Amino acid sequence: MSSRYTFGGDEHIFVEVEEAMSLEAFFVSLSMTNAVREADIKGITEICPANASFQIKFDPEVIKPDDLMAELKRLEETAEKAEPVLDTRIIEIPVYYQDPWTHETLMRFRERHQDPNATDIEYAASINGYESVEKFIEAHSGAPWFVSMVGFVSGLPFLYQMVDRARQIQVPKYLRPRTDTPKLTVGYGGSFSCIYSVRGAGGYQMFGITPMPIYDPQQSVSYLKDFLVFFKPGDIVKWKPINREEYDAAIEEVQANTFTPRIRNVRFSLDDYNADIDGSNAKLMEALYAD
Amino acid sequence: MPINVISAGIATTIQDLGRPGYYHLGIPMGGAMDRLALRTANLLVGNEEDAAGLESVFVGPELEFTEDATVAVCGAELPPKVDGEVRETWTAIPIKAGQVLSFEFLKAGARAYIAISGGINTPPMLGSRSTYAIGALGGVDGRAVQPGDTLPLGKQSKPATEGLTVPEKLRRMPSNPAELRVLPGLYWHRITETAQKNFFDDTWKVANEADRMGYRFQGGRKLDFVEREQPYSAGADPSNITDACYPYGSVQVPSGAEPIILHRDAVSGGGYFMLGTVISADMDLIGQLQPHTPTRFVKVDMETALTARHDRSAAMNAIREAIS
Repeated sequence: MSSRYTFGGDEHIFVEVEEAMSLEAFFVSLSMTNAVREADIKGITEICPANASFQIKFDPEVIKPDDLMAELKRLEETAEKAEPVLDTRIIEIPVYYQDPWTHETLMRFRERHQDPNATDIEYAASINGYESVEKFIEAHSGAPWFVSMVGFVSGLPFLYQMVDRARQIQVPKYLRPRTDTPKLTVGYGGSFSCIYSVRGAGGYQMFGITPMPIYDPQQSVSYLKDFLVFFKPGDIVKWKPINREEYDAAIEEVQANTFTPRIRNVRFSLDDYNADIDGSNAKLMEALYAD
Repeated sequence: MPINVISAGIATTIQDLGRPGYYHLGIPMGGAMDRLALRTANLLVGNEEDAAGLESVFVGPELEFTEDATVAVCGAELPPKVDGEVRETWTAIPIKAGQVLSFEFLKAGARAYIAISGGINTPPMLGSRSTYAIGALGGVDGRAVQPGDTLPLGKQSKPATEGLTVPEKLRRMPSNPAELRVLPGLYWHRITETAQKNFFDDTWKVANEADRMGYRFQGGRKLDFVEREQPYSAGADPSNITDACYPYGSVQVPSGAEPIILHRDAVSGGGYFMLGTVISADMDLIGQLQPHTPTRFVKVDMETALTARHDRSAAMNAIREAIS
């Protein structure tokens, strides 16, 4: 790896692992930020992993910018020698594809879209060479996804699919961003999925909606009691397509505060993944659904 | 005893010094855009510097007091009135129970900080009372102040001295044209040498889209990019990068057209290249820029940035000494 180190003013160091997105680059970003956290360097105030880069915020009165830069470069050497494995969790997220709420919203913003005569998911399916929306949903929900970044706003996860590049879905963002997106919309832009944690503006294509809360400032949702944000970079996600009936049932559970996401602990090995992607993904599915 | 909000002014929010530590989850540090002004207003009324006050943009609120208190208004030149009578900014003003605090028209700057003895005592979230409306955190039920709200006050930490005032030479306001010092970096290499030069040579103007999340600028020449094949997943526009973190103060220029400086309520990341970062010493100033203010960006190195940072903390110390 040949990471590029640069200062973001007098309070940030920005490290670009690679210009292009790849699972390898994300893995380096995640290992580096973990190594920085473990090193417990005085003066560091924020550690932010991103897709193929990361950022450290620091107090230059506690540690000199050049000293911290040197320290980070030393840590990169150590991180490179570490075995590329990650102990993390895999989560099943139900998705109601082509739901009425994102449909209503996308119809309101048709003039900002590349193809005003198709829905977002029809457009995405077509430009990625899928014969039907059903086949496209199979691909989107088939192989699992890495949460490669949490941010933009309030706990919003960006996800990158664990397939080789030839099988990756690529969809441009809207021509002009919408001023509205329903909360919990499952979106798509570039080669990333996302879940809109709050209602608001957005430029990602809208494929569906999940009934599962992922951000709760009141911390009343049972599984968000300890912390208001659900996702962490490094989480693995499996989308589970659901229909209207299942969606309504899940919403009832959410309202009764009895909804519990399916979460299992897994160990991910980048080497095993690169040797056999489908085999490695199958093992993750076993871990998720074994019991 | 609370304060009753009769009218809210424009975008009046409860702010303290923010909630650092959650940027990696998309929750920005927030807090007063002009930190020095809020700290100073708090000192004038006998509060800790990090107590919560009100940040008002261009137009102040109308507040009815139900107990005796001391207030101070710092930052923008937005003269306060007590029962209609004009008072000084940057000064400790006594208010009696039943009196109403309101404001004159704005004379200079953009954001006034209103500190009240005891500090506003709404429930802190993630360690701060600062309002972050997008994430429904802090403030009054996660939002800006509205007419009809009642704002609870905390306990005063030490008695205020009425009439205590900050010497004029210690009050900081932007020059005209405003100057913001920028340390080039991040994706600086993405624009051509000509664009790098033009960015610092041109005089820009603050656009109407200027808020707690970011300040947009217009009027300079469009920036040209160094040609390259766009990296996988970065998007087709030459100003796009693979989505990455955004430093506070970073200057992004979507499509090379209008620079945006991210401020206290920054989005934590996204897909636009950034050419550098406004130095920490000049972040407060941005909060005082009105739309249409002519602005120059001044290129500096790290050493200058650190000296400026040191000068800013010396200036804050001078205020502490002057009003202690």
